[in-house]
Amino acid sequence: MPYTAQKPEPPESPDELRARIPGWGVDSDPADRPSVPKERFDPGATGAHWEFPDRQEELRPRERSIEHAMLTPVFGTAQPLTGLSGVIRRRAYARYSEGRLAHWLLLVLGDRVDAIENHLASFATLRPDNPITETGVLSEPGHRPISSRFGKKRADLKHMWMDPFLVAGPWIASGIAVAVVASRVVKRVRG
Amino acid sequence: MRAMVYRGPYKVRTEEKDIPKIEHPNDAIVRVTRAAICGSDLHLYHGLMPDTRIGHTFGHEFIGVVHEVGSSVQNLQVGDRVMVPFNVYCGSCYFCARGLYSNCHNVNPNATAIGGIYGYSHTTGGYDGGQAEFVRVPFADVGPQVIPDWMDEDDALMCTDALSTGYFGAQLGDITTGDTVVVLGAGPVGLYAAKSSWLMGAGRVIVIDHLEYRLEKARTFAHAETRNFLEYDDIVVEMKRTTDHLGADVVIDAVGAEADGNLVQHITSAKLKLQGGSPVALNWAIDGARKGGTISVMGAYGPLFSAVKFGDAMNKGLTLRMNQAPVKRQWPRLFEHIRNGYLTPRDIITHRIPLEHIAEGYHIFSSKLDDCIKPVIIPSAS
Repeated sequence: MPYTAQKPEPPESPDELRARIPGWGVDSDPADRPSVPKERFDPGATGAHWEFPDRQEELRPRERSIEHAMLTPVFGTAQPLTGLSGVIRRRAYARYSEGRLAHWLLLVLGDRVDAIENHLASFATLRPDNPITETGVLSEPGHRPISSRFGKKRADLKHMWMDPFLVAGPWIASGIAVAVVASRVVKRVRG
Repeated sequence: MRAMVYRGPYKVRTEEKDIPKIEHPNDAIVRVTRAAICGSDLHLYHGLMPDTRIGHTFGHEFIGVVHEVGSSVQNLQVGDRVMVPFNVYCGSCYFCARGLYSNCHNVNPNATAIGGIYGYSHTTGGYDGGQAEFVRVPFADVGPQVIPDWMDEDDALMCTDALSTGYFGAQLGDITTGDTVVVLGAGPVGLYAAKSSWLMGAGRVIVIDHLEYRLEKARTFAHAETRNFLEYDDIVVEMKRTTDHLGADVVIDAVGAEADGNLVQHITSAKLKLQGGSPVALNWAIDGARKGGTISVMGAYGPLFSAVKFGDAMNKGLTLRMNQAPVKRQWPRLFEHIRNGYLTPRDIITHRIPLEHIAEGYHIFSSKLDDCIKPVIIPSAS
């Protein structure tokens, strides 16, 4: 009890634990723990054979956090900024530090605009987005969709029902918006 | 090549992409033979991580064969079988020189708060990941390592993140012999953290989750006591009751941003994206730890704020420790444990999914169908 000085004894002794659990206690000594101490100065241990890495060529302007003093010598080149989402994201990086909420909210906004841009663009390709196949729901048969979810306690059942609405909601809203606009155009054309 | 591609929240597919090119003299191109979906990939999949771009290829847990090397690569050769830590890191910056590989300052222009991670959005550097047939691996002389001949490939794959992270999480708990360790979350990282806690001399290990099949795994794989939080009116009271009202010496958060257990917190974070992550597990950790105890955070959270109870953490004198795991730093000791039979990481793998069926893989894992704990992706070229 915390109301007295002694710590409660564990239910099993070290010998019992050693007999039951392979390797029990082999890392009891902090010296055997590879991340102890947290910082261990040993620049020769990493395999790096440079003091500062060669610089990767910047083939197109690369956005960076304004908390960095320079573009890092190596960086990812996947999915460079494009379109309106690119404008939004570039603004987030160029104007706001990582400490500002605006930085992250602009990036979240950029993500949503990016999704809309790409969904629309996909309809001009031979492989338009397909929310049925891309959500993987076709895997449900054969992977125990009923018994995995029901007849047992699962906390996520309370909100799992929301997922289809989160996925389909923007599509349904977009469809309604397109229908409304189209009907208004038709009405105007007819006079 | 064929690659997994993100198409927006809850949507992924397999697409044809160009094989990545050498972009830096110390790059390698690796042909992926096996990859895994991590629980933290689900945060991307659900649209929780800012600057996750359409077209991004996820995957920070992978192994493969060296396909091409840059002009300055000395330690790898074409044809080597390699395991690649999830950290992209240079090995020479202020942080790498001190062993903080996950905090490298030379690889992520998009943020200073986090280092580089394969396939984990532009917030971690904008590198396409390993759920593909090929992947660009920067600093090939630093990160990747040839897989030892004796090591099972599934074990090697688990070392690239989940096992190393779980083991690292137990270390951050500063466990002393006889300590009571509570692990929140019985996913892969939680299972490995529980198992690792015993190696460090824990006297009791208690795993808490709401999925009974995962708790069963915690009992059989990690030798742990378990609690299903749905069976208790208040799991914090149970954490106190079972520790003689002292509280746990160490609590490890192996849940992260999409924690269940409080509907409002979950919906405002995981569904509405109004928080950087659901703080339910963190708050349980703060409440369930004993005064003066230690909390180790391995769960991944987004960069936005979360409603965490820092007042109680301060009043209780808790030590909060956390970081992305510096993976390769863990490997020599983990290799010993695997070789000695103390750890068999592959035992938690439940599903093998062809890359072509990537959408199904994400859905099964996300929806916890079919008792899924750890899905492995098999690229068609392998």
